Amino acid sequence: MASLPEALPRALSPLAFPPLAALVGNPNAGKTSLFNALTGARQKVGNYPGVTVERKTGHLCLPDGRMIDIVDLPGAYSLEPRSPDEAVTRDIILGLRSGERRPQAIIAVIDATNLANHLRFVLELKRLGLPMVVALNMVDLAERDGLRFDLAVLTDRLGLAVVPTVAVRRRGLAELGAILAPLLGRTPSPALPANPDRVADLRALQREAAAIARAVTIGEGGAARATRALDRVLLHPLVGPVALAAILFTMFQTVFWAAKTPADWLTARFDALGQWLAATLPPGPLASLLVDGVIHGVGAVVVFLPQILVLFAFILVLEQSGYMVRAAFIMDRLMARVGLSGRAFIPLISSFACAVPGIMATRTIEEPRDRLTTILIAPLMTCSARLPVYAIIIAAFIPARTLWGPIGLQGVVLFALYLTGVAGALLAAWVLRATIMKGKPQLFMMELPKYQWPEPRDILLSLWQRARAFLERAGTIILGSTVALWFLASYPKPPVGSGLNPLAYSIAGRIGGVLEHLFAPIGFNREISLALVPGMAAREVAVAALGTVYSLGGDEHGLIARLHSAWSLPTGLAFLAWYVFAPQCISTLAVTRRETNGWKWPAFMFAYLFAAAYVAAGLTYWGARWAGL
Amino acid sequence: MRLAALAPRTPAIIAAIGCCGDERCAMRMREMGFDEGVEVQVLHRAPFGGDPIAVRVGGSTVAIRRAQAELIELTA
Repeated sequence: MASLPEALPRALSPLAFPPLAALVGNPNAGKTSLFNALTGARQKVGNYPGVTVERKTGHLCLPDGRMIDIVDLPGAYSLEPRSPDEAVTRDIILGLRSGERRPQAIIAVIDATNLANHLRFVLELKRLGLPMVVALNMVDLAERDGLRFDLAVLTDRLGLAVVPTVAVRRRGLAELGAILAPLLGRTPSPALPANPDRVADLRALQREAAAIARAVTIGEGGAARATRALDRVLLHPLVGPVALAAILFTMFQTVFWAAKTPADWLTARFDALGQWLAATLPPGPLASLLVDGVIHGVGAVVVFLPQILVLFAFILVLEQSGYMVRAAFIMDRLMARVGLSGRAFIPLISSFACAVPGIMATRTIEEPRDRLTTILIAPLMTCSARLPVYAIIIAAFIPARTLWGPIGLQGVVLFALYLTGVAGALLAAWVLRATIMKGKPQLFMMELPKYQWPEPRDILLSLWQRARAFLERAGTIILGSTVALWFLASYPKPPVGSGLNPLAYSIAGRIGGVLEHLFAPIGFNREISLALVPGMAAREVAVAALGTVYSLGGDEHGLIARLHSAWSLPTGLAFLAWYVFAPQCISTLAVTRRETNGWKWPAFMFAYLFAAAYVAAGLTYWGARWAGL
Repeated sequence: MRLAALAPRTPAIIAAIGCCGDERCAMRMREMGFDEGVEVQVLHRAPFGGDPIAVRVGGSTVAIRRAQAELIELTA
């Protein structure tokens, strides 16, 4: 995002802006791949003010040497919005969104294998009168299906330039730029009026699009043979759910297995850095701050970057391959039992990576009460920020035994934690829908796109954006709170020779001492109570805080060994149960506030999750004690 | 016959979309490619009770619930 002094003069003189072109098209037209291919890695990802719809802009160098801005608008079926993100698309194109520039030209992206349906939107856009070029995308897939297109006829019937493109092979990109260049200076022609009977209007466009598609398509398509063959297996009534469970299980096993080597390497680097600093710096507050506060605190979180990236990579591959909506299709019936639709499944799966994009992804849900329910249960999906916590506790308390083949006990426990979160979410949804979110069942309609090989460039670009966001968090929220905690946990010092525990004597120790009364009934000790204070800002901070707390406790063992000896098994298990439910994420509450326009729902979310976490941890603790663990 | 009752992998033609004056419902269906005279085919039924169904309509495959498929009338 531009800083204020930079943004202000530009906002005052619109002429200073480079021209803006917008990518518009149906979902699954390959818009984002085309955007990535056109703009490369020089993208700015942010949000539209007031809504959490992702705003992606980049630069494109035209053949005439001009640099222009490109904006990738959310996929839409028409200018008649059915959800908040489609509303953004319409508002930007029509210039209705204050603070956002209206694009001077449109690049309409259409999927060549689904011409009739996508051309309808092109015809609707064309009536707006903006200069426009059509990118006939995925022509390679259409050719593989046995489809050919008469481009001359298509150009003629549409009255628009048409460029065949294959975003992933960079085919047609130069031509697109060459056609776009002269369009950008052109004044828009007046918009044509639409028929006030919206259904009749839509039907007319539909008929016209179908007629054009018939006229320009040569050859009978094999109708995506590969996709149908795959679907016969993956959507099979018996095999489908098994395959879905296997995919999710593989995902969680891989997160542990594939990330182990880089995570170990990072841990060793941070340890070495800590030792080097401790040996180099004179002992004192500065050395303590850097080693105990920064290295132990931030290091404890950053070492989980590989796991988080592996998880994100899985989710991106599932999304881009087209499998994610199949999962929604399989799950719709079960989701309907708790009053939701399969559509809610996608935000919930994304929430496994992070509840923030998950909650943002609910903007595709039309029915407001469905959407609100999905937002409220999204934090129960085990997000990647819980992984550092789970990983540490599992490593400390669950033996690394092999159960069968590559399946280990630790992986199974992790999977069980994920399942508990899911079960909690479904239960919460059911209760919400039966009480405060009553409403009639909504429409469920979702396009199942054809399967595609995920494009490595798109995946890597997204991963890079995630990694950067994570490290920025580590450098700001996490660094800030660990330094603050270090200070609170280091001062005041007990009088020399008093023999008092420095941690217990510090401010943090006293806060923890008060909170201990609240948490003692569920088996938490003072150190845990203490770590939960900064842990309220973000879940993974608790690991950093435990690292700081126990490092300051004067013990030089690794954190895992330290926890193993300091906590009982019931406490370890109760801590895991706590984390399945606890609402410890400022970002989630903030995005919920923004999405629901007020503090009411985030406050409700916090309260119900806190209560659930307390009960779950208590039940686990006393259950484990009772079982003699 | 209605789309909800159509046997899998049997092509049929849409005769009418009966959204009973619900403009939003009619527009959603049409935006997904449903239209009078268009060929449809049920490709898959979801696990756990065969609802929703995956329908091939024009160049797209669309998942819809049976309750909505009841609104789509097919030619005999």
